[in-house]
Amino acid sequence: MMLTAEEVKKIAYLARLGIDEKDVETYANDLSSILDLMTQMSETCTDDILPMAHPMDQIQRLRPDTVLESDQRENFQSIAPQIDSGFYLVPKVLD
Amino acid sequence: MHNKTITELAKDLREGKFSSVELTQSYLDRIKKHSELNCFITVAEDFAIESAKMADIKLANGDASPLTGIPIAQKDIFCTQGTKTSCGSKMLDNFISPYNATVVEKFNHSGAVMLGKLNMDEFAMGSSNETSFYGAVQNPWDTSTVPGGSSGGSASAVAAHLTAAATGTDTGGSIRQPAAFCGITGLKPTYGRVSRYGMIAFASSLDQAGPMTRSAEDAATLLQTMSGFDPKDSTSMNKPVPDYSMGLNNSLEGLKIGLPKEFFSEGLNDSVARVIETAVDEYRKMGAEIKEVSLPHMKLSIPVYYVIAPAECSANLSRFDGVRFGYRCDEPKDLNDLYIRSRGEAFGDEVKRRILMGTYALSAGYYDAYYIKAQKARRLISEDFKQAFSEVDVLMGPVSPSTAFGLGEKTGDPIEMYLADIYTIAVNLAGLPAISIPAGFVNEKPVGLQIISNYFTEPHLLNVAHKYQQTTNWHQQTPKGFE
Amino acid sequence: MEWETVIGLEIHAQLATKSKIFSSASTAYGAEPNTQACAVDLGLPGVLPVLNQQVVRMAVKFGMAIGAEIAPYSVFARKNYFYPDLPKGYQISQMDHPIVGFGHIDIDVNGTKKRIGVTRAHLEEDAGKSLHENFHGSTGIDLNRAGTPLLEIVSEPDMRSAQEAVAYMRKIHDLVRYLEICDGNMQEGSFRCDANVSVRPKGQESLGTRAELKNINSFKFVEKAINIEIERQIDLIEGGGTVVQETRLYDADNNETRSMRSKEEANDYRYFPDPDLLPVEITDELREQVKADLPELPDAKKLRFKEQYAQDDEIATTLTSSRQLADFYEAVVEISGCEAKLCANWVCGNFLAALNKAGLNINKTPICQDRLAGLLKRIADQTISGKIAKQVFEELWKGHATADEIIEQQGLKQITDSNAIEAIIDKIIADNPNQVKQYLSGKEKVFGFFVGQTMKASQGKANPNEVNKILHNKLK
Repeated sequence: MMLTAEEVKKIAYLARLGIDEKDVETYANDLSSILDLMTQMSETCTDDILPMAHPMDQIQRLRPDTVLESDQRENFQSIAPQIDSGFYLVPKVLD
Repeated sequence: MHNKTITELAKDLREGKFSSVELTQSYLDRIKKHSELNCFITVAEDFAIESAKMADIKLANGDASPLTGIPIAQKDIFCTQGTKTSCGSKMLDNFISPYNATVVEKFNHSGAVMLGKLNMDEFAMGSSNETSFYGAVQNPWDTSTVPGGSSGGSASAVAAHLTAAATGTDTGGSIRQPAAFCGITGLKPTYGRVSRYGMIAFASSLDQAGPMTRSAEDAATLLQTMSGFDPKDSTSMNKPVPDYSMGLNNSLEGLKIGLPKEFFSEGLNDSVARVIETAVDEYRKMGAEIKEVSLPHMKLSIPVYYVIAPAECSANLSRFDGVRFGYRCDEPKDLNDLYIRSRGEAFGDEVKRRILMGTYALSAGYYDAYYIKAQKARRLISEDFKQAFSEVDVLMGPVSPSTAFGLGEKTGDPIEMYLADIYTIAVNLAGLPAISIPAGFVNEKPVGLQIISNYFTEPHLLNVAHKYQQTTNWHQQTPKGFE
Repeated sequence: MEWETVIGLEIHAQLATKSKIFSSASTAYGAEPNTQACAVDLGLPGVLPVLNQQVVRMAVKFGMAIGAEIAPYSVFARKNYFYPDLPKGYQISQMDHPIVGFGHIDIDVNGTKKRIGVTRAHLEEDAGKSLHENFHGSTGIDLNRAGTPLLEIVSEPDMRSAQEAVAYMRKIHDLVRYLEICDGNMQEGSFRCDANVSVRPKGQESLGTRAELKNINSFKFVEKAINIEIERQIDLIEGGGTVVQETRLYDADNNETRSMRSKEEANDYRYFPDPDLLPVEITDELREQVKADLPELPDAKKLRFKEQYAQDDEIATTLTSSRQLADFYEAVVEISGCEAKLCANWVCGNFLAALNKAGLNINKTPICQDRLAGLLKRIADQTISGKIAKQVFEELWKGHATADEIIEQQGLKQITDSNAIEAIIDKIIADNPNQVKQYLSGKEKVFGFFVGQTMKASQGKANPNEVNKILHNKLK
C-alpha cells in the first residue's frame, strides 16, 4: 500500500505536526513500508476473537470522591511558556 | 568500590568501610571521566551529595534499608521534581518537573542516592539510543557501537560502572535489548507491577519500568523498592509484593524450560544462537528439562506492535502542545501555527514517524482494519503464551537477533530497526515478565539470554537468572577501560 | 408547503461531585484561575487518570431513573482533537460502550403527553475555559473546569417543536436535580444544551440535513434559538437553497444563529479505548445499592400528590417541581396536621411568592418548615384570621420568632369573646344611625359596611364568623 504525499500532509495536520515539505516523500515511503508490514495481520483470521486492550483482564478501580489536591498554580506555572494573571496564554482564538 | 554489587556496597556502607558521600563522589568522578559515553543527560551532583549526606546519617543511626546510600540513576523518562526531565527530547529540554514519579518517590523513600538522569531514545522510541535529542550513547564494550535502546544510557552507565544500578522502561524491549547489548541484567516486570505514574507515557498498555543492574540479585533488590500498588495508576495491580531476594537460591532441579521454535528461526545470527544454546545447556546441567514449544502467532507481534504502540503514542504525545510546559516556537502567528511549529520543531524524526503512523491507524476508515485487528491479534499472541506456560515454567531464547550494531548503521532504515525487536515485543503485548542476562560474547560483544515467565512470577524469574549467575561469570565481566 | 421540525438534544450535566472525574482536585465553581487544576487536570507528562466512584453511581442513578439499560461493562475512550482548553489533546469520553443505554422520559405539552427516547448517556470530562478579552491579542486559558465530570445525555430526534424541546429539557433538568446528581445551575454552566435541528416536508420519512446549535444556556434561549433556526432553514429551502450540516452559534443579542466558521473543517476524532483506564464494571451489588437510594421520581411523586392530597394538576406540578419543595410541603402537612389544601395554598401562594421575590432557592428559605407549620396551625384553630396570618407571615420571614411568639408579642390573637365583639358592634351601630336606617329599609349591601367597621375597630382581630352572627342579631 502506498501513501500519497497528500495523505501524509492530511495526517500531519490532524496531529498538528509540522513536517518539512522536503521530508514528506520520505515519510510517505516509510509509512508505506510500515503499512506493508501490517498486511501480515490481514492474513490471520481473527473472527470471534475479542479485541485485547490491556494485558490484564482487569476492572477499573474506583477512587473515593474526596478532594486531596491543593493549589499549586505557582509551582505548575513556573514552567509555563506564557502566563498572565494566572491564565495560560495562547495566540487569540477566534470562535 | 565501583566494581561491587549493591549487596556488597550495602554491607560495606553498614560496616563503615566508606561513606555514602565517598561512594557517591567516586561515581560522580567516573561519570565525569567517561562523559564521552554520553550516558547522562543531567548529572545531579549537588542533589546527589546532599542525599548521600542524609543517607550517611540514616546509616549511622542504624535506620537504613537495603538501598540507603546506594547511588543509582534514573532513566530521563521518570519525572523528578526540581530536576530536568527531558525524555530525550527537545520538547522537554526546558522541563523541570514539578512533581515526582511514584518510582522516584519510592527510591527517595528507600534512601537511594540519585546521581542523575540517563540518556534515552526520544520519548523511548528507538532501539539504539540514536533518536535522543542529546545525541547517541556509546556502548562501553565497543564505543563504535550502539548501547541499544531505548534505555541505552541506563545500560551503558551500568556496564561502565558509572552507577551502581539504573532504572529503565520497556515498551517493546527497551530494558532487555540494551541490557543484552551492554552485558548487564535487565528485568521487565509484569505489566501493572510497577507504577507508571510519573513515567512519561509512550504506549500506555505496554510500558513497564524495571531495574537494570549488574546481577539478578541486585535486580531483586531494586525491584523490591520499585514494585507495589499505586492508587494513582489505574493499571497498577493491587497485589502483595513478594520478597524477591528470598528464593534466589532455590534449586532448579526439574525446572521445565521451553524453547519457542520461533525464537530460533531465520534471522537469528548463528553465533548468537550458539551462545544461547550453551546457556541452555548450563541449565540442563542444573537439572532442568528442556522442551521445544511454539508461539505460532509470534510473527504477528511486529505488525501488531507497530499499530498499537504508535496509536497510543499519537494520543499520549498530544499534550506536548507548547501551551502549559515544554517547547514553544517563537512568535506563533495563530493557534494552529503554535501547535504545528512547536511540535514540528521539537519532535525528532522517529517520534514524528510514529505519531503519523498512529494517527493514520486511528483515523476514520482505518480503525477497524488496523487498530481493532491488531487488538484481536494481540489476544492470539497472548493466548500462545498461556498455552506455552501450561506446558513449561519458563521460556528461553535470545533477546536480539544480533549483538550491538554500529552507530549509524541502521538509522537510514527504520523498518530494519523495527524488525530487530522481534524477540522482545510479544512479551510486552502479553504483559509478561522477562529478564535479559549476560550469557557470553560474540566478537567481544555481549549476548543476552532472555527468560520469560508467567504473570507475577518475578521471584521465580529472578531465581532462574540468579542460579545461572552463580555458575557463570559473564555478568561479572567489565568492558576494557572501565575497570 | 407544510414543514415538520425534527429536534434532538444533547444535554451536558455537570455531576455534583466534590472532586473531578479523574483527579482529586476540587470542582468548586468560581475559584481563581488555574488554582483548582492539578497535575492530572493540566495533563502534565506522566500523570494518569483514576475514576471517581461517585461519578459512576450518579450515572447509574440517572440511567435507572429513565428506565435505561445500564451497561454491565462500559469503556472510556479518547476523543482526539487540539484545543487550548483541552490539556491532553484528547478528551476522555465514552464512545462504543456508554454507561447508560436506551431509556426514555415523558413530557407534557399543553396537556398532551409524549414519550421522548434517550439514546444514551455517557460520562466524560469537561474542558477548561478560554477567555478572549483582556489579554491584548491573546486568549487566556483557565483549566479549573477541566476534568469536571459531565454526563452527556443524548436524546432521540423525537421532538417536533421548540416547545417540546424545552419541555424535555426542563424534565431532564428537574430529574437531575431530583436525583441530586447535578445542581442544574445554568448560569454557571452546570447544565448546558446543544440542539440538533432539521426540517422536512410534512409526511416525508427521511430526515433533513441538521444544524447543531451549540451551548444554549437558558430555557428561554433554547426556544428562541430553535424557532429562529427553523425559520432560517425553511426560508433557505423555500428560497431554493440547501441546509448544510454545520455547527451554529445562537446570538441572543441579535436573536439569530450564525455559522461557527472556525469549526467547519472536518473533524476526525480518532476515538480509541483509553489504555490508561480499564473497563468499568457495574456490579449487581452497586445496582442494588443505587436502586435502594433512588428517590421517588418527579412523575410518581406528582401522581401521588394528586391522589393523596386531592390536588389539581397545577398545584401538584408546582409542588413537585423540585424535590426540596415537595419535601418541604410534606413536612409542613405532617407537622401542622392541617388540611393538605390549606398547606398547599400557603406553600404555593405566599411562601413561593416571597421566595421568588427575594430571589431565593428553597434551601435558603428564612422560614423553616416548622415555623410555617406553626403559622398554619394557628389559622386552622382560628387563633388568627387569614388576614392576620399574612401579617404574621411577614414577621416570620424576618426569621426572629415563631408564629406563636409573634401573635403573643403583637397581640394578634383573634377576638372570639362575643361580649367584646358585641361592645364594638354596639358602638358602631350607635355611631352610624344613617347606615342602620338604610339597612333596615332593605339595602342589604350596607351589611358589609358594618363588618368592615367592626374588623377595623378590632384591628382585624375579631372573629369574622362571630361578627356576622352578632351583627345579624343586632340589626334585626
